[in-house]
Amino acid sequence: MDMKREYYEDIELFKSGTILFWSVVFLAALLAAPLFLSPYYVYLFNLVLVHVIVAVGLNILVGSTGQIALGHAGFFAIGAYATVLLMTKLQIPFFAAILIAAFISAFFGFVLGLPALRLEGPYLAIATLAFGLAIMHIIGHTELFGGRQGLMAPDFDIGIPQLGLSCILSSETSKYYLILAITVIMVLLAINILKSRAGRAFVAIRDSDIAAEVIGINLTMYKTLAFAVSAFYAGIAGGLFAFVLGFFDPFTFNLILSIIFLVMVVVGGLGSVMGSISGAVLITYLWYNLFKNVDEVPIVGDLMVAFAQQFLTVTGMDNFNFIALGLVMIGIIIFEPLGMFGAWIRIKKYWKTWPF
Amino acid sequence: MPFGQLLIEGLAMGTCYGLFGLAVVIIYKTSEVVNFAAGTMAMFSTYIAFHAMTLYGCPFWLAFILALVFAALLGVFVEYFFLRPAKDPTLLGLIVITIGIQLLLGGLVGWKWTANQQAFSIPFSYQITYEMFAGYVISQWAIAVFIIASIIMTFLFLFFKFTKLGTAMRATQQNKHAAKIMGIKTDRIFAFAWALSSVIGVTAATLISARTLLDPDFMMEPFLRAFAAAVLGGLMSIPGVLIGGGIVGLLENFLGYAWPAWKPITAFVIIVLVLCFRPSGLFAKHYVRKV
Repeated sequence: MDMKREYYEDIELFKSGTILFWSVVFLAALLAAPLFLSPYYVYLFNLVLVHVIVAVGLNILVGSTGQIALGHAGFFAIGAYATVLLMTKLQIPFFAAILIAAFISAFFGFVLGLPALRLEGPYLAIATLAFGLAIMHIIGHTELFGGRQGLMAPDFDIGIPQLGLSCILSSETSKYYLILAITVIMVLLAINILKSRAGRAFVAIRDSDIAAEVIGINLTMYKTLAFAVSAFYAGIAGGLFAFVLGFFDPFTFNLILSIIFLVMVVVGGLGSVMGSISGAVLITYLWYNLFKNVDEVPIVGDLMVAFAQQFLTVTGMDNFNFIALGLVMIGIIIFEPLGMFGAWIRIKKYWKTWPF
Repeated sequence: MPFGQLLIEGLAMGTCYGLFGLAVVIIYKTSEVVNFAAGTMAMFSTYIAFHAMTLYGCPFWLAFILALVFAALLGVFVEYFFLRPAKDPTLLGLIVITIGIQLLLGGLVGWKWTANQQAFSIPFSYQITYEMFAGYVISQWAIAVFIIASIIMTFLFLFFKFTKLGTAMRATQQNKHAAKIMGIKTDRIFAFAWALSSVIGVTAATLISARTLLDPDFMMEPFLRAFAAAVLGGLMSIPGVLIGGGIVGLLENFLGYAWPAWKPITAFVIIVLVLCFRPSGLFAKHYVRKV
């Protein structure tokens, strides 16, 4: 690792010209992407970006602060429902609605953070899991939230319709640019949070909460703050997710979704923003595209259908999704516990000193 | 529904949760792994019994013994191939592995037997009832649950207290490294703990399956309740988990009777509240960590 000589070097956004250059190239590629993609893939990109926001936020909680969260789909649901309801019932413009929704979600995160102060390990896991299930259940049983039938997202109007400044995003591509802009802002925000006083406090709590308390970090404040920030991210992502999907019901936000969020962070690499982004991209692609349509993959798909006919059932083919995700989860912990980011660091170190 | 019936039903269901929670506690006690896959493993083994009964026409008891054997093998298999290779995993890593096992096995069952609901009958019906005292109706199923639970508890008590293997398990749980130095093969102890837990799990799952139809998700809710019961009991104590199971079963039955729509989450909400005041469950000594 490089030595840092002054504080400013530690908080720089781009550590070197190379990183700056590639970031710009990457962003340009993302901006140009919809020109070359079919609407389905733009939709998939939207989903990926939304999940990137959740994963980056969850990483602050799980990766940097070291708390276990198995109920993030709950915050995601709060964000989605609050945004849509604020827009349809109270006629609040989109940007205000999504911000209010995210703050509502952050408030719930703060509330969940309070018991988390005293819980750790498996106890925290069951408490967060219970929270996720409870949110799903409450939404499913309340008329205001559309009950089990679900909700329809209104027109994606980012202007202020009351003042006649209507600006409806109807195509996937226009949604893509808005979501991309928000994602970039949220990711930069996360990088900066982790470099701030709060971010260093989070890491100190993860490494040893007793030591952190001894050196004067306010555990109550920073643990609940981590929950709130993470829930805020999930809330923003949820609000966007509502418009990406267009229609959602409580079962969209089930336990599996919470697990997928956690897997994104773990597969990407705990504690690293870049890792969370790559984890979110990979898992979203695998879960929503490759594994789902595995029977359409050439050769492998045919083989699997034949195998299923011979020994299992063809109707149950979509369960392959779960099997593959399970294998990914087990494999990543056994072979690369630090995730994709850990693999990247190892490869980089190997090539830096290559012939030796 | 009268009070007596709610009480007995709640206790019987709670005993099932407690039994199932035992499966979680046995693994947690020996290896500090929280087994999120317990429900799916038990469900898989129940499907083996179902398969033997419907396709090969086995009588129930033979099918049940087959399921027990399969469950033991599955437990050893999971420990050997999925948990043993992980080097110094963190708590989060272990949770991710067991959730992965859960998805993997659940997917396999769904692929083989599809998500259709199947009827699976066990010889104890909950429709045949006896009324011993006025107002206290007890079903055949509840009697079976209480008898089987007491057999298992007695067996576990004798096993942990008097057998060599049981003593070895307790030693491993107290201090893994010291146990190793004393010549206990701790890896085998872990494999055995998984097998034992899996066998108890499938027994509980068979009892629970009498109350519902069989589908790949039928153990999900009972598992969460059983897990809640185990957490309530402190995750470490075997009598604690049965009491925790009883509490969860009773709460669920009484509150579920009062507010049917909220039945699935009442128990959870109360458990989270309990955890706020007793962070390590009701019956565990408060966990004090050395710095």
